[in-house]
Amino acid sequence: MQYINPNTLPFHFCPGCGHGLILDHLNTAFVELGLDHHQVVIVTDIGCSGLADKYFTTNAFHGLHGRSVTYATGIKLADPDLNVIVLMGDGGCGIGGHHLISAARRNIGVTVLVFNNLNYGMTGGQHSVTTPLGAVTTSTSRGNIEYPMNICETVAVNGASFVARSTAFDEKLSELLIKAIRNPGFSLVDIWDLCTAYYVPQNKFSKRELENTLDTLNFERGVVHQEERKECSAAYRESILEQKRLPLFGVQPLKSIYESAITRRIDCMIAGDAGMRIGTAAAAFSQGAIISGLWATQRNDYPVTVRTGYSISEVILSPEEIIFPGVLSPNLMIILFQAGFEKVKSKISDLSYEDILVVNVELLPVETSAKIISMDFRQTGLKREYWALLAVAELLTHLEIYPLEALKEAIGSATFFPQRVLNVIDSSNKVIVNYPGNGGE
Amino acid sequence: MVDHNQENQVDVREFINGAEAIARAAIDSGCDFFSGYPITPATPILMQMISELPKAGGIAIQAEDEISAIGFCIGAALAGSRVMTATSGPGISLYSENIGLAIMGEVPLVIIDCQRMGPATGGATTVAQGDVQFLRWGTSGGYPIIALSPADVGDCYRLTCRAFALAEQYRVPVFVLTDKDTVLTKATLSQTLITGCNVHERKTYRQKGEFVPYRFENLEDIPVMSPIGGDHVVRFTTSSHDDRGYLSKDPNVVGRMNAHLAAKIVSNIEKIALIDADIQDGADTLFVSYGITSRSMKEAVRIARSHGHRVSALTVYSLWPVPERQIRNALKGIKKVVVAELNLGQYRLEIERLASDEIVVLGLHRVDGELIRPDEFLDRGDLH
Repeated sequence: MQYINPNTLPFHFCPGCGHGLILDHLNTAFVELGLDHHQVVIVTDIGCSGLADKYFTTNAFHGLHGRSVTYATGIKLADPDLNVIVLMGDGGCGIGGHHLISAARRNIGVTVLVFNNLNYGMTGGQHSVTTPLGAVTTSTSRGNIEYPMNICETVAVNGASFVARSTAFDEKLSELLIKAIRNPGFSLVDIWDLCTAYYVPQNKFSKRELENTLDTLNFERGVVHQEERKECSAAYRESILEQKRLPLFGVQPLKSIYESAITRRIDCMIAGDAGMRIGTAAAAFSQGAIISGLWATQRNDYPVTVRTGYSISEVILSPEEIIFPGVLSPNLMIILFQAGFEKVKSKISDLSYEDILVVNVELLPVETSAKIISMDFRQTGLKREYWALLAVAELLTHLEIYPLEALKEAIGSATFFPQRVLNVIDSSNKVIVNYPGNGGE
Repeated sequence: MVDHNQENQVDVREFINGAEAIARAAIDSGCDFFSGYPITPATPILMQMISELPKAGGIAIQAEDEISAIGFCIGAALAGSRVMTATSGPGISLYSENIGLAIMGEVPLVIIDCQRMGPATGGATTVAQGDVQFLRWGTSGGYPIIALSPADVGDCYRLTCRAFALAEQYRVPVFVLTDKDTVLTKATLSQTLITGCNVHERKTYRQKGEFVPYRFENLEDIPVMSPIGGDHVVRFTTSSHDDRGYLSKDPNVVGRMNAHLAAKIVSNIEKIALIDADIQDGADTLFVSYGITSRSMKEAVRIARSHGHRVSALTVYSLWPVPERQIRNALKGIKKVVVAELNLGQYRLEIERLASDEIVVLGLHRVDGELIRPDEFLDRGDLH
C-alpha cells in the first residue's frame, strides 16, 4: 500500500531540495506501520512544507501559518484514534512557537515534522528563528545577529515525550519517523534540510556544511529526548470520567410560594467594597423576591481589580416583567463601605423624600432628602462580609417589600451564606440606630 | 402563601445570567467541543463550559491564547464535533485570521463575542457595542458571516440555539454578538424560555467512493461534510481551491468558489433574518436598535405611547446579513429614524443606505460605558 498518489508526482520542490526525500520517508513509515488512510491526517501550514499534503492519499488539513499545531490539537482531542501528523517549516516554529511549547506541555498525541531549511524559502529567503549566527539571508544581508532557536531542546524542556533530530539526507530517517508516530504523546522530529533556492547559494552551503553547523552548535542527531507521560486527550478523558454522573448546571427552579405587596417597580442600589459579598447579598435579595412572585434583575458594576475597589449591585424588583435592566434613579440605596460610597455619592443627592437610604453609621453624615435608616453593624459581631445581607434583612423587617421568610429561604436554598448569619437575622440584636430619619444626621 | 393545589400551573422561573443561558443553549444544541481563553467579560462562558460540558460528555479546554482556542475548535469541527468559542473584542482581533480560514474552508463554528468597551484593552468591565462592523469586515477578503444579537437573557438561549443551527446549515462562522451587561446581568426567566432548543443535525455525506469536499451545483448550495476519521478521505484547505480541496489559481474555479462563499449567505437572507418590528399605524418616527440598547428602546416606546405619541420600533436580531427587506418595510411612511447603539454609529450606516433621501436618520450614541437611557430616546425623537 502506498500513501503517495503517483498521479501527483514529481514533487514540485526546487532541484536539490530535500523536502521530497522527507515525504518519501514519511510514506515508508506509513507503509511500515500499515496505517489506515482514513485514520491519518496530515496537517500543514504555509511555506514550501505546506505544499506537501496534496501528495498524500490520507486526510489533509491545510491551514494558516504557524497554526498547524492548533488544528492538529483540536482534531486529536475530538478523535483520539487518529494519527495526526503536522508538517511545518522553521518559519512556523517562529510564528507558532508558543503553540509548539504548549503542545509539548500538554503532551498532545500529534507528530510534528519540522522541515528546517534555516530560512523562509517561499517568500524569498528571509531569516527564520533557526538561521545560524552570521548567516546571510535576504533580510540579514550583513549577517544574522540573532541566536538560532534550538527547537528540540525547547520542546524537550517543556514536556515533549519524544524528540529527535536528523537531516533530510539521513537514509534511515523513516525509522526515526516510525518511532515518533508510535509514541502516543507529543513527538517532534527536527529535520535539517537545504534550501537550494536561497540559503545554499547565499552561504555557499552544502550537505557537509549542514553537518558542520549541527556539530558547531552541539546539536545531536537521533533521538535526543524521550519520557513516559500520559497523552493529553487520554488524560482529559480520564479526568472527566466521574463528571458524567453529575447533573448539568445547578438548575434552581424558583416557584412563587410567598407574596409581595409591592405594586410598582423598585430600583435598588447596593454599594460596598470588593470581597464584601455585595453581589451575593444582592442575589439573595433578588431570589427572595422571585419566590415572592416578583420579577428581579441584578446588574453588577466593579473595576478590573479583584479584592479591592468598589462593588455595586443594581437590583430591580417589579410585579411586572422588567424590560430595561438599568437603575435610572434609585428608590432604595444601601450603602455599606467607603469605596462603594464614593462611587454612588452623586446618586444620593438625587434621592427624593419618598426614597430610602440605608447607610452604615460609620459613613454618616450624608446629605439627602431621603428617609435614612442608619445601621450599626458592629453590634452584631458579624464579619463585614455579612453586613450587606444583614442590611437587606433589616430592610425587609421594616418595609413591606416581601416577607423576610422568603429571603431566609433563598439564603438556605442556595447556600449563599453560613447558617450563623441566619441566626443573627433571627436574633434580637438590633442593628438599627435610627429609623426613620429625615435629612442628614 | 400561594395555593399549592394549583402548583402545576405555577410558572417556574429561574434567576440566571446570559453566560449560563448561552452555555445551556450550546449543550442543548449538541455542542461537544469548546475552547476559549480567559477574557473579561466573556470568561463566565468559558467557566460554565469547562464546568458543565464534560457532564454532557463533551470536551472543554482552555487554550494557550485566543489563536489556539479558535484553532482547536476548527480542528475539532472538521473531526465531526459541534464547536463553540467565546471571547471579547480584543480576542476577536486575535481570532481574525482563523475567522477568515473558517469562512474559506466552510467550517460550522459558533463564536460568542461578549463586547466590552474598546478600542484596544479599553474598559474590560464596561458595556459597549463597538464590534458590529468589526465582525462584518474583520477578515481579509470581506466575505459575509452571520451575526445574531440577543437583547436579553432569554435571547441568549434562543439565539445561541439558532446560531448552532445556522452554522450547520450554512457552514460559516456564526457570531452571537452580545455584551457585558447581557451576559453578566441576572434576570428572572420563565423556564420555558431557556429550554427546548431546535437542533439542526449536521448533514454528512453517506455515499461510498470518493468524497468531493467542496462540491455544489448552484452557487448558493452548501457542500455536504464528511468528518475526518469517518468513511471518507477528507481534504480541507484555507487556500483558494477547487471542489476537491486542491490549491487552484484557475480564475474560473477560484471565481466561482469565492462567489459561492458570498452567495450561500446572501441568497438566504430571508431564512436568516430575525427582527421584531413593533409598528404603530400613523407613526412617523422609528427607533432602531439591537442588543441591550433595544431594551431601553422598548421602555422608551412604552413611555412615549403612554404620553399619546405615535412611534414605531425595530429590534434587529440578525445584524449580519442585514435584513434589508424587513428594514425597508419598517421605514415605510417614516420621516425620522433614531438608530441607537453603544458606539459612534456603526449600524446607522446600514440604515442610512436603506433609507430614502427624504428620511432623516439620526444617531443616538454613548461610548462612556453607560447604557442609553429611555429618556434619551425620547429627547432624540422629540417625543416628550
